[in-house]
Amino acid sequence: MKLYELAHSRTGDKGDISDISVIAYDIKNYDLLKEKVTAEAVKEFFKDVVHGDVIRYEMPCVGALNFVMHEALGGGVTRSLNLDAHGKCLCSYLGEMEIDR
Amino acid sequence: MKTIRIGSGAGFGNDRINPSAVLLEKGNLDFLCLECLAERTIAIAQQLKNLNPNEGYNKYLVDRMQKILPLAYKNHVKVITNMGAANVGAAVRKVAELAKQEGITGIKIVGVEGDNVSDKLENYKDADVIEKDMKLKDIKGVIAANAYIGCQPIVEALNSGADIVITGRCSDPALFLGPLVYSFNWSMDDYDMIGKGTLVGHLMECSCQVSGGNFCIPGLKDVECLWNIGYPYADVSEDGTAYISKVEGTGGRVDVQTCTEQLMYEIHDPARYITPDCVADFSAVHFEEAGKDRVKVMGATGKKKTDTLKVSVGYKDGYMGTAGLSFGGPKCYERTVLAAETLERIIQRDYKLKEYKIDIIGYNSLFPRDYSIGFPNGAEPLELRLRVAAKSDNRETIELIANEVDTFTIGGPANCGGLERNVKELVSVLSILIPRDDIHISYVTEEV
Repeated sequence: MKLYELAHSRTGDKGDISDISVIAYDIKNYDLLKEKVTAEAVKEFFKDVVHGDVIRYEMPCVGALNFVMHEALGGGVTRSLNLDAHGKCLCSYLGEMEIDR
Repeated sequence: MKTIRIGSGAGFGNDRINPSAVLLEKGNLDFLCLECLAERTIAIAQQLKNLNPNEGYNKYLVDRMQKILPLAYKNHVKVITNMGAANVGAAVRKVAELAKQEGITGIKIVGVEGDNVSDKLENYKDADVIEKDMKLKDIKGVIAANAYIGCQPIVEALNSGADIVITGRCSDPALFLGPLVYSFNWSMDDYDMIGKGTLVGHLMECSCQVSGGNFCIPGLKDVECLWNIGYPYADVSEDGTAYISKVEGTGGRVDVQTCTEQLMYEIHDPARYITPDCVADFSAVHFEEAGKDRVKVMGATGKKKTDTLKVSVGYKDGYMGTAGLSFGGPKCYERTVLAAETLERIIQRDYKLKEYKIDIIGYNSLFPRDYSIGFPNGAEPLELRLRVAAKSDNRETIELIANEVDTFTIGGPANCGGLERNVKELVSVLSILIPRDDIHISYVTEEV
């Protein structure tokens, strides 16, 4: 199963930090997401994009995880060479992550 | 219990203008707030002000206000915006002039000044830059420095009878928190209420991102009539309970899913969302659907504000350029990859450039992917686009790189076209923290 089938997501940015939310469509799957979508797994998924730490915050009340990825935007939105300087598309790629149930 | 309604008419500088009119005509609003100031916008505006003392406010101020003023006046809606950018005084005078032109009388426009700390930077030269291991004094070519101020000056302006409040840099949620504190007389030390109000501001500050924008995936999470998306309003009660909704008959969608995506947008640690007015705690926020396109918001709180304010420092960061060319039809992948490799060798041989990036739009421009992998199952794309982005302190170098791409039309792989190039001076932003008490607010008032 792909992550995008279980969760929806949005990317935001501050400087060179990319924030990605992962929100369970069905809150019953929150524990599964918590188990599978770890900070390490996300760091590995974005290994060619994110050069700093990935920190995960848990929001059980809304069945969601927030990933704060440091050194992720090519030096920051205002000076990035990337076509998508804000990294808005990154969460869509994360949706490709395989989740074994 | 007293309840007020606040609409969100803009979530960034280039946002649509017409949704504000829909909110003002049909939304039964008390306040309309418009967030129009991105991180580096104020530095660019400062450069314009340096050239002309009557410039430096948001470039769509006139277009927006021409639409908004008559409707806000007719429907008794107060308007709060950060469109003052680098020149609040000029913005206030301009809005007064527009009001007169529209035949509006008996309104008060108040501008909030004091966020500009560029003349005090010497005091902070040893301040640490937040994003990088460097000091403020290491930043060369500083253009502007503006502190993110909180909602208190907006409250003061409203208390003085303002119908229109125009600020420069302030925190985005403060635009919404200001009218809440003013209407309910919340104490600025009541961090529970300030936290609740900050959440309302946070949910509303990106306009339609909470009402179905940046959300639709056809077939998976659908949104009705995206072309006619309704911008949101919040009904907020004195006890901080809020409902997010939108004008009936507009497109878009307000439900638990849209609100959750916006709740988590750019907040980093949900238990410690630092703003000038509090350290908001959104970790226990939850939502409940209270009807079609209507969501109840609960569970926010806050802790004491920090002693410092964040200052965005805008500086000249050289030049950046991009250039692109397209390839289509059979073997377009092979031709575009050859073009990318050819450009790479030319840049390495002839230019001493450290900062550049070459990729192929349609293959690896959004997410890295090695050229050896190719398309899945050998599928052949219909068209692809070579893109180069390059950065240098020397504009000429960037122009010449763009020329190299242009030269591919006669000297590259077969049959490419559609050159587009763009070279611009780069304004970047870094941040420092300064003591909160260093900020001194003043007001500019025009009565029409």
